[in-house]
Amino acid sequence: MRVQAFDEMMGANGDVRQHYHGFAKWLAEQSPEVIATKRAEADLSFRRVGITFAVYGDEAGTERLIPFDLVPRVIPAAEWRRLKAGLKQRVRALNMFIHDVYHQQNIVRAGIVPPEQIFLNSQYRPEMQDIAVARDIYCHIAGVDIVRAGEGEFYVLEDNLRVPSGVSYMLENRKMLMRLFPDLFARIKVAPVAHYPDLLLENLRSVAPGGQGEPRVVVLTPGMYNSAYFEHAFLAQQMGVELVEGKDLFVDANTVWMRTTRGPQRVDVIYRRVDDDFLDPLAFRGDSALGVPGLLSVYRAGRVTLANAIGSGIADDKATYLHVPDMIRFYLDEEPLLNNVPTWQCSKPSELSHVLANMHELVVKEVHGAGGYGMLVGPTSSKAEVEAFKERVKANPGNYIAQPTLALSTVPTFVESGVAPRHIDLRPYVLCGKEITMVPGGLCRVALTEGSLVVNSSQGGGTKDTWVLER
Amino acid sequence: MLSRTADNLFWVSRYVERAENTARMLDINLQMALLPHGKNALEHTWRASLAISELQAKYDERYESVTPRDVLAFMVTDPKNPSSIYSCLTSAREAARAVRGSLTTEVWETHNTTWLELQRMVASDLAYRDPAEFFEWVKFRSHLSRGVTRGTMLDDEALHFLGIGTHLERADNTARLLDVRFHEYEDHDEPDPEAIDSYREFYHWAAILRSVSAFEIYRKVYRDVVTPARVAELLIVRKDMPRSLASSVHAVLGDLSRVSNDRSGETERLAGQLDADLRYGRIDDILAAGLHPWLTQFLRRINDLGNRVSADFLVPLSV
Repeated sequence: MRVQAFDEMMGANGDVRQHYHGFAKWLAEQSPEVIATKRAEADLSFRRVGITFAVYGDEAGTERLIPFDLVPRVIPAAEWRRLKAGLKQRVRALNMFIHDVYHQQNIVRAGIVPPEQIFLNSQYRPEMQDIAVARDIYCHIAGVDIVRAGEGEFYVLEDNLRVPSGVSYMLENRKMLMRLFPDLFARIKVAPVAHYPDLLLENLRSVAPGGQGEPRVVVLTPGMYNSAYFEHAFLAQQMGVELVEGKDLFVDANTVWMRTTRGPQRVDVIYRRVDDDFLDPLAFRGDSALGVPGLLSVYRAGRVTLANAIGSGIADDKATYLHVPDMIRFYLDEEPLLNNVPTWQCSKPSELSHVLANMHELVVKEVHGAGGYGMLVGPTSSKAEVEAFKERVKANPGNYIAQPTLALSTVPTFVESGVAPRHIDLRPYVLCGKEITMVPGGLCRVALTEGSLVVNSSQGGGTKDTWVLER
Repeated sequence: MLSRTADNLFWVSRYVERAENTARMLDINLQMALLPHGKNALEHTWRASLAISELQAKYDERYESVTPRDVLAFMVTDPKNPSSIYSCLTSAREAARAVRGSLTTEVWETHNTTWLELQRMVASDLAYRDPAEFFEWVKFRSHLSRGVTRGTMLDDEALHFLGIGTHLERADNTARLLDVRFHEYEDHDEPDPEAIDSYREFYHWAAILRSVSAFEIYRKVYRDVVTPARVAELLIVRKDMPRSLASSVHAVLGDLSRVSNDRSGETERLAGQLDADLRYGRIDDILAAGLHPWLTQFLRRINDLGNRVSADFLVPLSV
């Protein structure tokens, strides 16, 4: 099955869309040799800077580049304004939902979200029940995956509220394109994104526990062998804060401290890039060497802020996802500005039979899956693969949801055979603190294999710069 | 600064310095091999390299005899030898990667580029096809990393811990070099029947001086023939000679005083005492008491300083 996709650059009649005129004109002026040289230069430069990631299951120590494509994804200013309003609305509601889950559960009482969706969810953390967090903020950093399908309408594919990654690529891709083609940016007015670390730091400082004049912020990483280590180090450096590992921190007198060459120093806000399960071996997984023993008790006492909050995963699993439009109506009394993708819950027998009967046309995902692992794209899978997946779903239906296969929009992309359309998505980053802020742009991921709809870097996806035009 | 960060910085510069010194030491072996001498003398020179790095035993476990090719393989590209140039530069890059947020982008990229180029050189066998060129490359990468560090980093703790690493390692390496080369000279002083004796001695000391970039300095300072006593003086007590023990220890003392904390008093005192011994010591007294015992003692003190730095600053505090 081949779906006709919306192309971001070329209209249906073969004309270049208005907002791509500037880029198309510039591209036509570049010789293939220049482009080839610049592509090689970008590759070399990413390697020198060390913007690499480790792939789980690969040979130890292997470092790979995420392929970077020179053709940007361009978003007109008016379209971005609509997206931004929709994203802020969505994240505001999600945050209120998490707060509600860990306090009154009004949304359950109102019969909008079924209680089992919360209390039987592995992402529900009873430790957080009735705990106050600074400014009632739970998802300080949200990465919302947006796709464009069909005739061009936007859909939210998923909300990432635990430790969304990729923002360093948004920043480095822009830096790279500006370094390679300064003339391009002189001609086209692209909204800047480089102030993201400043916004992030301001955001993190705004959620420090009360009474701290100069809150000390740190970034907590699982360590240099984590696939996103580059990003952790990058963000810490850009914000001018310490990059710490669990062993650099300790708890004493109901306070979190870091070990320094001048003795212990108090820590107020931890931007943690470590999953809930590994944060505190005394409270969660006892075998974790990545966390800080006793951290949870200091956190519950309100003497340190964790960003994102423990337990925010309750709002981003794929079964909670389908309730988000209702959450927006319930908490904000507004109509959702962004569409949800229609979703079937395999936990419901009637919907399960529909999914099983039509699996070859659907995308089936694990409720808690991430990174493109454990999912099936029906139309691009073999019959045998579909049959095997059906068995997995039947064995544990509650673990799966299904969605129609969306024809993700495409952008022309440099490939072996020249320039050809490839499917893309977009992950803008929404910061939630004293106020909700965003930089104009996001991470654009591209599936480099022809026809592929899986854009995850772990599955061979690449990235593009994302331009929001200034007018 | 985080103790773990300081620890990594300390090791980044130690490893780079060690790689540089290994390259320097192996390079003079190649130069000495060009001089007329008997077969035994040549093997002795290569053995001496292993002795300097205290790696003879490890080497003997893996290789049958001491040949230039095997010693090079062991000291240059062997990933199982933690002191090989390959291992040192890889460890330096790993340590830099662990603390890249505390380094400037330029410093990190220098270490990362060194490592990337190293992979290519190892793959292309450059170290065996043209070892002199390879050693020159190692030296210049080390010069570059120091220059980029001095030229781009804030004058703060990070810079001082990098400095302590560099100079402790350098003091250690220069002392070892002197110890082994003097021993070699005293041991194997029987004239080679085919060589003219005075020439041999000159080339021996000239090569050693060159290995620490001191040949031209020697000429400038002494304006006279090369004698072992003066070589020892230049490399031990001359504080204006950048790779001498006096200069290295003085640099350690300076950096230590800048990072001083409430536990480091005794470490600073011992560093100061060692510095004073070198500053106010005379080479005649050292030689009269015996160079080997003096250097052995010196190495013990340097090692002790390294351990104390770790305990005072680097090893996490107990709660």
